[in-house]
Amino acid sequence: MLVVRNLAVSFTQYEVGLKQRQLTVITQLDLEADAGEVVAVVGASGSGKSLLAHALLGILPPNAQVSGELVFKGQHLDPARIESLRGREIALIPQSVSYLDPLQRVGPQVQRAAQLSGAKPPAAKILQQQAFARYDLKARVGRLFPFQVSGGMARRVLLATATVGQAELIVADEPTPGLHPTVVVETLKHLRELADEGKAVILITHDIEAALQIADRVAVFYAGTTVEVAAAKDFDDPEGTNLRHPYTKALWQALPQNKFRPLAGTQPPPDNLPSGCLFADRCPLVIPECEAGRPILRSVRAGLVRCIRA
Amino acid sequence: MLKATDLSFRYAKDKPWVWRGVSLSVEPGEVVGLSGPSGLGKTTLAKILAGYLSYYTGQVTYDDKPLPKNGYCPVQLIFQHPELAVNPRWRISQVLYEGHTPDESLLKALGVSSGWLSRWPQELSGGELQRVAVARALGPQTRYLIADEMTTMLDANTQALIWQAVLGHAQRHNLGVLVVSHDAPLLKRLCQRVISLEAVMQ
Repeated sequence: MLVVRNLAVSFTQYEVGLKQRQLTVITQLDLEADAGEVVAVVGASGSGKSLLAHALLGILPPNAQVSGELVFKGQHLDPARIESLRGREIALIPQSVSYLDPLQRVGPQVQRAAQLSGAKPPAAKILQQQAFARYDLKARVGRLFPFQVSGGMARRVLLATATVGQAELIVADEPTPGLHPTVVVETLKHLRELADEGKAVILITHDIEAALQIADRVAVFYAGTTVEVAAAKDFDDPEGTNLRHPYTKALWQALPQNKFRPLAGTQPPPDNLPSGCLFADRCPLVIPECEAGRPILRSVRAGLVRCIRA
Repeated sequence: MLKATDLSFRYAKDKPWVWRGVSLSVEPGEVVGLSGPSGLGKTTLAKILAGYLSYYTGQVTYDDKPLPKNGYCPVQLIFQHPELAVNPRWRISQVLYEGHTPDESLLKALGVSSGWLSRWPQELSGGELQRVAVARALGPQTRYLIADEMTTMLDANTQALIWQAVLGHAQRHNLGVLVVSHDAPLLKRLCQRVISLEAVMQ
């Protein structure tokens, strides 16, 4: 349903006075999501996870430039098409509950989302009530303002807003942090159900453990590149033997229930990217060839990896 | 020893108690976990232990003395959201050096880069800012550290990296650490014992 190929995002910044510079924050992102599938996107903060979501929805700040290829249902996604599709066929579950309108009661906000996706007001009202019932929100909650609902309820309102229309691609940007564990399980279950109904779900998260509960495939981002796309079942032993990229292995081994062994260092800053592999300075498997050029994303053991040593 | 005796807390006289009769203690050099579902008042308890709240009943003592009313508090709290725990109008250098000057080895262990010092807080990511907040709290007069969901919003690698540095520092300086978290595998990995707030409250 969605194909992202070689996506790059850069920002124009003012340095001194009127002198500008280009800061490339996403260099080579690749991702595919099909109907009926949950694809998790994991990686450290600053790896470009949220920017991908914002690029898909066309809500990047005005000083951003996007290049690469976005294809949705076989057709190229350009800014005009994104604008006509978002909220209708592509919906976002945003990261922060502050995305709700603070001055409007939550029921009408969900109803408005239904209207924007084409429903007439009476039908939209019914859709809103169905969405509330589905997410276990009582009818009286609809009359509350965002500041009057708890964090968990606000999350469910955001879920209702994104799913009240007929969107076929749902992009969920960190929908679970700060929620009670039982609510996390609920939220993830809802996302899985959406996929099982034939939608494509992209779940952006830093919590691999949560992602693995529902994802079919996991894409791992590092410093604005896709370093690996693996099946969820490849994450099965504490060593991560079936994983392909050394960063994926390190991330998996760092979990407290696995080895709790961190990898020293940080991602390279976007204004000082190395010319070779972006992970070379932290990689335990590095050889001189790694620094010669950026590795391409290639197919290894039914997965994708951007590493010449895999 | 950091000791809480018979603590009870409510927001106002006409409001119900959030919890009553909580007693716990942390020895120097000990790493203790505090778990419990969200909304139970874990952060409130953490704030009381670090001297941020004064309207409670019961006692908090540190080496048999009450917490100091002014000056450097020997019990330091690290908050879940670092972006809300730093002054947005101060550069990172001001934030970092407010209480003390952290030594190079600590900054290196935490991965605090010198390039961040001249930036503003909104120019760092959550993980980077949390490293600064941790370095700020580990002053020479800190005897106890309370980590309230310190690494919940971070990726696994950054989480392990920060904890490795904090535990190393705690061991060298014989600090007591209270780890507030609902992440059971993390508590199991870090702590010598885990207190369930549900079990100790009334």
